[in-house]
Amino acid sequence: MSAIAIQTQGLGKRYRRGALASGLLRDTLARAIRSPWSLLRHSPAPTFWALKDVSLEVSPGEVLGLIGRNGSGKTTLLKVLSRITRPTEGWAEIHGRVGSLLEVGTGFHPELTGRENAYLSGAILGMSKREITRKFDEIVGFAELEQFIDTPVKHYSSGMYVRLAFAVAAHLEPEILLVDEVLAVGDIRFQKKCLGKMGDVARAGRTVILVSHQLNQIRRLCDRTVWVDSGSIRQTGPTAEVVSAYEEAMTAGGAENIRPVDGAAQFLSWKLAGENRAADHILPTEGETCVSFLLRVNQRLHSVHHGIGLYDQDRHLLWGNALDGVTLDLGLHEFRYTIPTLPLRPGVYSWRVALYDAGVRIDDWECVPQMHVVTIPVTHYRDESAGFLNIPSKLDIVPANSAK
Amino acid sequence: MVSVTSNPSVAGALEPRGPSQATLRIEPPRRWLELRLGELWLSRELLYFLVWRDVKIRYKQTAIGISWVIIQPLLTMLVATLFFGKLAKLPSQGLPYSVFVFAAIVPWTYFSAALANVTAVMVENQRVITKVYFPRLILPVSAALSGLVDFSIGFAVMLVFTFAHHIRPSWTLLLLPLFLLLAVLTVLGIGLWLSALNALYRDVKYLTPFLLQFWMLASPVYYSSSLVPERYRWVYGLNPMAGVIDGFRWGLTGTGHPPTSSLLASGVIVFLSVLGGLFFFNRMEGSIADRV
Repeated sequence: MSAIAIQTQGLGKRYRRGALASGLLRDTLARAIRSPWSLLRHSPAPTFWALKDVSLEVSPGEVLGLIGRNGSGKTTLLKVLSRITRPTEGWAEIHGRVGSLLEVGTGFHPELTGRENAYLSGAILGMSKREITRKFDEIVGFAELEQFIDTPVKHYSSGMYVRLAFAVAAHLEPEILLVDEVLAVGDIRFQKKCLGKMGDVARAGRTVILVSHQLNQIRRLCDRTVWVDSGSIRQTGPTAEVVSAYEEAMTAGGAENIRPVDGAAQFLSWKLAGENRAADHILPTEGETCVSFLLRVNQRLHSVHHGIGLYDQDRHLLWGNALDGVTLDLGLHEFRYTIPTLPLRPGVYSWRVALYDAGVRIDDWECVPQMHVVTIPVTHYRDESAGFLNIPSKLDIVPANSAK
Repeated sequence: MVSVTSNPSVAGALEPRGPSQATLRIEPPRRWLELRLGELWLSRELLYFLVWRDVKIRYKQTAIGISWVIIQPLLTMLVATLFFGKLAKLPSQGLPYSVFVFAAIVPWTYFSAALANVTAVMVENQRVITKVYFPRLILPVSAALSGLVDFSIGFAVMLVFTFAHHIRPSWTLLLLPLFLLLAVLTVLGIGLWLSALNALYRDVKYLTPFLLQFWMLASPVYYSSSLVPERYRWVYGLNPMAGVIDGFRWGLTGTGHPPTSSLLASGVIVFLSVLGGLFFFNRMEGSIADRV
């Protein structure tokens, strides 16, 4: 076995954005007719580098963590390494069979049965038919779906769907495994099982690159961690070192979140309080939720405006509220919100809290770390049909008298 | 999976264990092409699974399932026979018009359905394309091949129908696979362009129905290509479906002359369009996952 499993040198990926990528042939043709030469010239289309000058070496058997904010380029790096997209510059060399796991349930089709989907998804992920047949019982056992394996997947609950999808993926046995955030699915018990499986994979001597927002997972599984920031490597080293540096930078606000330190007041930290919490920033169920924000007041504030917002990963504002006429004395204050039910789908969310005095900002904080919700999803099994909220529902179909 | 070691008697006992797998090098796309057809062969099992998925889903989703594949060409044939055969009295090379038109409807139905499927295939599989790598060429190829299941059912009906009209096919029947191959390659030759374009420009799918309608009128589906003067026949053959349909009629009924000149022209055109399609598709492959 060679001494290096993955090596990259000066890897970069540039994306185009803006008008040229309108995606309509009509527009391109119209442009060609208006100015025929513009298509031939190198038009200065607005571009950005999602990845820039990434040089990296991974040894065989190493479990490498990739951390960084949303949009920092972690996923792009995995996509380049798994050949989903080609780099714009630089190169990478991979020694060994690669399997990538960027999504749970890749290739699943609702009309097909669990058995059929296991074969289909396995084949798409790179398993041979023989390999799937050999591991089939193990996959079904892992997913705990023995009775339902010949039922069309469209009749599965989303929990069952995720279990089967992960079970297939978990039995992929490449020499090099690239994993993106897929452990953030399913209920907390199944997540633990998946984490255990990932641990087995790591101990079996396979090379793994793992992207995760859940720093605890990174701490548990990874020997070495790379912190990616704005498309470049910011820090590489032993996991404990890099993760704490990252956490520190995130709590400090990070480069994009610079706030005056000596203002009249400043939010310092946030956490989940009360009964319903798995850890300080992990929400396990959709029941009553207590969120507490710590504020330090440096000057007495009289009748200011306080606002709060909850965002999802795509920056949709899910909930917001505000209160006028807040008066605060010097010292530390805890803003404690009690929310009777917070029906969020599993995923990563951010809080934002702010204080304004007559329209002038005192503090406006995009809270870090982000909040992880790990509830059991009770929504449609396909993301695009599931919506934002994780609300349990019950359907009764009863005969109704039609209006005469 | 690390256990794929080389055989010591071949590699030499003193040699250290070499890398178990070939090294994969990832680089920016080159200016022209790297046709990785070998990769396609290595992924033939996936190709099989994708075809199998398409067929399975198609028959699961429609309530009447397989019978639809039989009813559709039969109804088209009946209506065409009534209007074009009985009322317009189009010449049909001495064959009953129903047999004449049925022999064209079956390959044409395959062609139009397969071309529409191939055009849509990259967009329909966009989730998979953006989440896992496999040779992208597999998708259009699988869409072109999965239509062959419908085709074989239609073909069986066509054979029965021809026999029922007491037309005994001759050895020319053995040439039908050749014409079918030409049809599949035509689907790919045009479909590779359209599927890549459709992934980049979403309005291409609105063009396809128009293209197919236009193409059908330019193909000898409802009329005989003998209406085209002999000296222009090769120009007509630049439409590869003309060669395919003429070939089907001739192969199935054994009447008329082999469509040699149009077949030659069709063959050349199809070869060129498949080659061009492969280049274009490969060129676009890199940006498809980014822009689909």
